This record gives sequence, C-alpha cells and structure tokens, in this order.
Amino acid sequence: MTDSPIVVEADRLSRRFGPIVAVNELSLTVARGEIFGLIGPDGAGKTTVLRLLAAVMPPSSGQARVLGFDIRHQAERIRQAIGYMPQKFSLYADLTVIENLNFFADLFNVRGARRHQRIAELLAFSRLAEFTERRAAALSGGMQKKLALACALIHNPQVIFLDEPTTGVDPISRREFWDILSSLHVQGATIIVSTPYMDEAERCSRVGLMYEGRIAECDTPDGLRRLTPGELLAVWTPQVMQARRIAAALPGVLEVQTYGDLLHVFVHDAAAIAPQLAQALAAAGVPVTEIKRAQPRVEEAFISLIVGRRAAT
Amino acid sequence: MRFLHVLIRIFAIMRKEFIHIRRDPRTLAIVIILPIFQLIIFGYAVTSDVKHLPLAVFDQDRTAASRALIEAYRNSGYFDIAYYVSTHDEIAYLIDAGLARAGLTIPPGYSNRLARREQAEVSFIIDGSDPTIANTALASASAIGQAHGAELLQTALRRGGTLPGLLPGVEVRTRVWYNPNMRSANYMVPALIGLILQTLTALLTAVAIVREREQGTLESLIVTPIRSVELVLGKIVPYVVLAFMDMILILVVGTYWFHVPINGSVTLLLALAALFLMSSLGIGLLVSSAARTQQEAMMMAFFTILPSVFLSGFMFPIASMPPVLQWLSKVIPLTYFLVIDRGIVLKGNGMDILLPQVTMLTVLGVIILSLAVLRFRKRLE
Ligand SMILES: Nc1ncnc2c1ncn2[C@@H]1O[C@H](COP(=O)(O)OP(=O)(O)O)[C@@H](O)[C@H]1O
Ligand SMILES: [Mg+2]
Repeated sequence: MTDSPIVVEADRLSRRFGPIVAVNELSLTVARGEIFGLIGPDGAGKTTVLRLLAAVMPPSSGQARVLGFDIRHQAERIRQAIGYMPQKFSLYADLTVIENLNFFADLFNVRGARRHQRIAELLAFSRLAEFTERRAAALSGGMQKKLALACALIHNPQVIFLDEPTTGVDPISRREFWDILSSLHVQGATIIVSTPYMDEAERCSRVGLMYEGRIAECDTPDGLRRLTPGELLAVWTPQVMQARRIAAALPGVLEVQTYGDLLHVFVHDAAAIAPQLAQALAAAGVPVTEIKRAQPRVEEAFISLIVGRRAAT
Repeated sequence: MRFLHVLIRIFAIMRKEFIHIRRDPRTLAIVIILPIFQLIIFGYAVTSDVKHLPLAVFDQDRTAASRALIEAYRNSGYFDIAYYVSTHDEIAYLIDAGLARAGLTIPPGYSNRLARREQAEVSFIIDGSDPTIANTALASASAIGQAHGAELLQTALRRGGTLPGLLPGVEVRTRVWYNPNMRSANYMVPALIGLILQTLTALLTAVAIVREREQGTLESLIVTPIRSVELVLGKIVPYVVLAFMDMILILVVGTYWFHVPINGSVTLLLALAALFLMSSLGIGLLVSSAARTQQEAMMMAFFTILPSVFLSGFMFPIASMPPVLQWLSKVIPLTYFLVIDRGIVLKGNGMDILLPQVTMLTVLGVIILSLAVLRFRKRLE
C-alpha cells in the first residue's frame, strides 16, 4: 500500500456490454479518509464502476489506479488490499454465518488468534453473534447484507467498496448500516459506496451523481444542494396532478416535482410566490393541506440537473 | 509459507464444496442414483441374458454323470433347478402352468453311453412363449451341454485315455474366449465404470462452477487472493472423491450382483481411472466456461456424453463404423479407457499390453485439461 493521499484515480474509464455503454469516459478521484457516495438511479452504471475499480471486471478503455495499483495489470494487489461487497448477495446460502466467515478468513489467510479476534469484532458490530449457527439463507435481508460486509472486512482492509449495501433493506437496518459505515470511517477507512437513495447522500463526505454512465456532478452534499435553482416551496395536497398543472403555469415558477402527495415547487422568490400559489390553488378548488418553505435535498438537485441537461440536448 | 497459504486456500474450497454436497440432496441423488440407474439400464435391461429360468429335471439315469450334468446347468446361472420330476407328463404340466420355463430329460443309460464313448443324448424342452428368452435359453442349454462335454473330455485325457476323434455330444468348433458364457454384463459392467466416471465428473464439476457464477458467489471469490488453479483444484477434488466412491460401488455391484469376474489388477484399474478423469474434469471445466446457468451446464455436459456413448465402442463396435466416425472415435478419451477397462477386468491385461491406450489417454487428458485451465478466468466478463 502507498501512503499517497489519493486512493482512487480513474481516467476516462469506459465499459461497454455489446451496444450498451454502461460506463462512459468516467473520471474520478477519491482521497484517503473519504466516504464517497456514488448515487444514481438503476442502470446508471454504479455497479459497473465499482466492479471496474475492484478489478472484478476489465474496462473496455481508460485507466484507473486504486492505491496506486493499475486495475488491469495489478488486479491481485488491489484485491489483497481492498474490501468489496457486491450488490447481489454473494455468500454461500447453504453455509452458516460462522462457516462463511471462516471460509473467507481462510482465503485471506487470517489465522489463529488474529482470526478469532477479528471474527469476534465483526460479529459484535454486525450484531450477528447469536446467529453464528444459522444458515445464510435463513437470515433477513438486512442481516445478509451485514454478513456480506463482515466477510468483506475479514482482512481488515483500509479501502472498502460497497455496492448498494442498503437496497432492499428495511429503514431501521438502513440506518444501522450507515452507522456501521460511519464507525468504520472514524476508524480511518476510506469508503466508496453506491446507492440509489438520494437521502443517503447526506451521510457522505462527497457525492458523485451518476447518470447514463457518467458522473453528472461531483461535490459535497451542501455543494450539490446549491445546484438547485432558486428557493423551494413544499405543498401537501391530495390532488397532486391538478396542483402541479396550476403551479407550473404560474409566472416565477422554475420547476415542479412530485413525490406522492407532496409537490416541490422551485421559485425565484419563495416569500412572494407562496401567497399567489395558495390563491391560485384555492381558486381552482384544489384542497391544500400545507404550503411551506423547505430546504432543497440532493434528490431535487439531481432531478433538476438531469432535467436541465435533457432540455439542453 | 507461500505454499502453506496455497494449501489452506485449496482446502477451504474443498471443505466448502463438501458442505454443499452434504447439504444438497440433488448432488447426493445424482451420485448414488446415476450409477445404479445406468447399471440397471446397461447391465441388466439391455442384456438379452437369460437368468434363473426355472427348470424341471427328469433324471432317468440317476448316476454321478447325470448329476454332474444337472450341476453344470445349475452352475451356469441361467437355470434354477426348480423341480425334480418322475414323469414326462409332470414336465408338460409344469411348463403349461408357467411354473417351469424349461424341462431337461436325461434318458436311462446316459452314463453308460458316455462310458462307451457314444453320443449321449439328453432332451431339452423350452417354453417358447417369449421367443427372445427361448432363443437364448436354447443356445445356452446347448452351450452348457457342449462345455460339459469338453470338461468330460479333458478329465478323460488327464486320466490318460486314448485320443478320441469325435466325442459324445461335443462339438469342438466354436469356442469363445474370456467370456465363455457370452454374458453381456461381463462386457457392459466394466465399460460402465468409464461412462459413469465421465458423466459424474463432467456434470458435477461443470454444475458446481457454474453455480458460483449463477448465484453471484464467484464475484466474492474473485476479490479474494485465491488463484484460478487453486480454485479449480479445490472444486475438482471433492468430485474426484465421489467418482471413486462410485467406481468402487460399481465394482462391488458388478462382482457380487452381476458376477463379473475381475481378472486383472484393481490397483491398476484405479490408477488408470484417475488418468482418465483428467479429460473428464477438463470437459467439465470447459463446459463451465461456456454455460451461463446450471441448467445449461447440465444440458451441455449430457451432450458431451452422447458421442462418448455411441462412438467409443461402448454400445457399438468401432470396427463396424463408417471411417469418419472411426476417426472421430480416436479423439474420444472413453474409447481408450474402455479398452483399458475391459482389458483389465476381462482379460487380466497389464500395463505392457495397455501402453498405447495409456499414452493416448495421457495426451488427450493433458491437452483437454490445460485448455480448460487456461480458459478459466478469475474475473467477470
Ligand atoms: N454483465 C452485464 N452484461 C450486460 N449488460 C450489463 C451488465 N452489467 C450491467 N449491464 C448494463 O449496464 C448498464 C449499467 O448497469 P449497472 O452498472 O448495473 O447500473 P446500476 O448499478 O447503477 O444499476 C445497464 O444498462 C445494465 O443493463
Ligand atoms: Mg447496481
């Protein structure tokens, strides 16, 4: 391992599957000690990027170094040094929790007292200690993810790649999982994590918004929030579609997004538009539960970013 | 130290694989049922052998010589001496009722005629309702008679008798070597060892490796320090162990159930079977690199078995095939192993005679296995 502050350095990395361009000339730098979030919708190319960086799959073109090792020619060096947790559950379902841990300990040559201690630690933080004799297949989705993480950490790697560790997991387990990641981060690990959930961006030190094989924007969560146009009004109403039409037609409204019975209206001047909007909705007979000013989220930044790009092309 | 790590990794894979086998009833079912199934199909159902036909005997001679003849019939295994009767009518009744399938009548004076070196006649009645059985039974009945006659001749010669021209009931012309009773089980059971070894190892290794890819566990393995060769070895060894267990099962069933005599060295047979496994494992690995799902792997593995069954001489003699197929049969590993296998079991052949086949098997095994290992990549595509 090198002591360089740069952990991941990708230069115009591409990966094609036949006609599909999963990763398109992507460049990226991650420094030691970051929690870097790769965030984007399904099919954006997150999994493929992580596979390329973990040297699980060769790139079609471009370069990348992880801890100074070339992903094409020094794959084995990278694999020794990193922990990688695939998106899909990829442990042995018919093996018990402890059998899975011991198996990976064998492969990573973690033995004797060191293994004993490491497995105890991992079982403690993943709260799997009482389930050691249970087959992996019989664990809940959240517990399976934690077991996968524990196996990926068996050799105490300082750089950890996690592919959608919280997808398909209940909200409590999601929170728990992020707490685990934060404590790993505090212990000095560099973490590169992908997720389709925009709200998880808040727990990252830096975020790359991924879309169609590229990183559309890369910044801190705060920096990304500032990308949203103007100010934000949140409107709760049972008739979202009608409300959306009315809001969009109002002068001074930049953009409207819907989330269930919640309407997000981006405006130049929230204080001026709020009463006009309430009036217009009332005139059309649309019932409104509440209108108030809100903090834009990374999700909004992402959507307006993509909508903006689409309009531009 | 390095080497120790290599061993630890290989053992980790092996141990894991044995756990899969133990916990997956399908694999165990294949390992146990496949050989038994194939033994029944090829060693039994396909044979036109007739066994244990109930025979009614009417011995009018009642001498040591007639009893020796009856004993010869009993020992052949084709007939069970079900009834001793004292009239011709009883035989007719037993056959009519289906209680006996055949009747043997030894006339009075049988032993005297033999002693006088005259043609001794016995009469044999067979139930013809199943012509296949009847044909075989008739052929066996006369063959047993001939064999018995030949034995009498030898005994006479050993006692220093004069050399006779033609002897009682003996036709000297036909003679079958190694398998005097022409039992197809003797021919098929040793061959089955080869077929089952190949089916089992090719199928199970292919499926075991494709399963890792299909279930995504390969992705976890790729990011560990294990090398391709270690992974392949660790995955193969458990199935080699299973294959040998099956081989022993077949040998035991072959010996004790089908009464196939093993004339050669079992150790040599096991050693050369291991050599043969190189190519089967190679085939399994090649299949695993081409198949995406376990089902595909299974289909492809079975598909590779077909040419082995039809072109290796397992079912049909190679000499009677068209030239193209004869040429093809030369690149099928089973072709050589069958010669080895039948040679050791039936003829008691040793290494000296089998050397050409052993050489070819080694060459094919090394080629197939190296190709397979080189194709095996420790990454996703
Ligand atoms: N192994 C593969 N073979 C073919 N296409 C693939 C493969 N992996 C990913 N893709 C395609 O590449 C694109 C990006 O996929 P992926 O990297 O899995 O995105 P994400 O993880 O963000 O959902 C998708 O269109 C997907 O269908
Ligand atoms: Mg993904």
